[in-house]
Amino acid sequence: MADTVWIVLQQRDGALHRMSREAIAAGRRLAEATGAKAEAVLLGSGIGELAQQVAGFGLAAVHVADAPVLADYTPGAYVGALAPAIRDAAPAYVVFPHTYQTVDYFARLAQETGAALLPEVTDFESGDGGLLWHRPILGAKLQSKVKVKGDGTVLVSVQSGAFSADETGSGSAAVGELSTDLAAVTADREILEVQEVAGEAVDLSKSEIIVAVGRGVGGKDKMGPVEELAKALGADIGASRPVIDSDWLPRDRQIGSSGQTVAPKLYIALAISGAIQHTVGMKGSQTVVAVNKDPNAPIFALADYGVIADIHEFVPAFTEAVKEAKGS
Amino acid sequence: MRIAVCIKQVPDTEARLRVRGDARWIEEEDLPFKINESDEYALEEALTLAEATGGEVIVFSLGPERVKEALRKALALGAARAVHLSDAAFDGGDALATGKALATALAQEEIDLVLTGSQSDDVGYAGTGSVVAGHLGWPHAWLVMGVELEGDGASAKVIREMESGMNEIFRVELPAVLEIQAGINHPRYASLKGIMQAKKKPIEAKSAADLGLDASAVGAAGSRLEIVSVAFPESGEGAELIDAPPEEAAKLLVEKLQKEARVL
Repeated sequence: MADTVWIVLQQRDGALHRMSREAIAAGRRLAEATGAKAEAVLLGSGIGELAQQVAGFGLAAVHVADAPVLADYTPGAYVGALAPAIRDAAPAYVVFPHTYQTVDYFARLAQETGAALLPEVTDFESGDGGLLWHRPILGAKLQSKVKVKGDGTVLVSVQSGAFSADETGSGSAAVGELSTDLAAVTADREILEVQEVAGEAVDLSKSEIIVAVGRGVGGKDKMGPVEELAKALGADIGASRPVIDSDWLPRDRQIGSSGQTVAPKLYIALAISGAIQHTVGMKGSQTVVAVNKDPNAPIFALADYGVIADIHEFVPAFTEAVKEAKGS
Repeated sequence: MRIAVCIKQVPDTEARLRVRGDARWIEEEDLPFKINESDEYALEEALTLAEATGGEVIVFSLGPERVKEALRKALALGAARAVHLSDAAFDGGDALATGKALATALAQEEIDLVLTGSQSDDVGYAGTGSVVAGHLGWPHAWLVMGVELEGDGASAKVIREMESGMNEIFRVELPAVLEIQAGINHPRYASLKGIMQAKKKPIEAKSAADLGLDASAVGAAGSRLEIVSVAFPESGEGAELIDAPPEEAAKLLVEKLQKEARVL
């Protein structure tokens, strides 16, 4: 069915992942742009109630695969359930939220079904001879426009925040079973446990002001001036992932997709380039200041105020200016 | 245990990037290249596992002549030998085309485990390892933060990173493809002795024909994706830039944070 866009929703314990709504918005827009129907696909165990809830969005149909083997996510079971259904129905596009779970299995699903694989798009536009897809490359320093060649289904994942979760529409779609052979589906992992990484000793989610550092801070021994700035501002210190991986700060200071999500009044990003993995954790901040010596750093696109400077020169001056202002 | 590691050589994104004349990619002349970050962690993990099991590491990479530099570095760090998928036909592949070529080369060896990084720092498709696993018919896991071998290498206990500071722990049967996340370990530095030894270690070149692959099935010709253009994000939107020497800029910034943004 070349006139169909499928949207594979992610759920856990019968609740939709927040990015599933964004995927619905993307899928609906894509369906509209290509004159297709948008249909949802839902996998899990005991998800009848959730399927009814999804049917209330603006969709033409909801296809459900409900079986105990799908209770815990494993790539083997998900690919096993989805691949025959995709081969059978041959939708033009299958849209996924670009979550860690999706990335874990959807390349394999593309390989299995012979579909094209188009990960992490932020937008699309109509171009000569088809759609042009936008996706960030080179640590989000550049944007690329990509076209898909050839015929057949395209698996596409949409980046967090790229489409509005409010645009899910409303309706009353028919709920039916996904056309696949669930008896043939097997898990390829034995799930042992789910655990918290660091126990989150430091909770940055309530911080009013955060000073966050990136790899460009240059080392554990270079943190002194940053600590002084944080003290002058009454701020907590956070960091992007490379700083944590280098052991310059403990893991409970990490902000981003695999760390904490924060929304302070003031967020000061020092030598942080602004890769999506970091910005998803801080873009709810009220005011963002970015200091970076690279004028092309993507962080400047979402900051309110930017200073193009070496943080080692700027931070001591900033600390002095803050002290002066607070003293007066 | 014989462990294969697939590495990619990528542009150093800390370097100043320029868009190429045809605007379809960046200018690669004079651009520094390095081993992709998560692949460095994958290599370290492989070396550690090989040392613990008395095994060896074979490193694979696909790309132009310059890729030999990355392979030589991996050899200096302790890999026993290298396979270079070297053929203009391999250029410009998406995750499916590159994964197919790598899987075909891997299938020509006796391998017990494949490690690779979770995502490349250039195009970032994050799927090549999974595609390799699909072709080999092995299980895989993406974003791996821990590997513990069990039962003499029959299976592995794997820690996979989830969102919001959670990890999932599960068991997979080996052989498998594990796509390693940056931060899983602390990559070693090459010793002088290692660098000297690497000069004598073999790098075997393999073309598409050597792998029995038709040139139209790999690289750009075998890919469904085509990059039409690349560009720096449009400025204009975004930050109000404070352009002044550090002390002056600092004072202006504090003033704006107090009076405009009212957050200080």
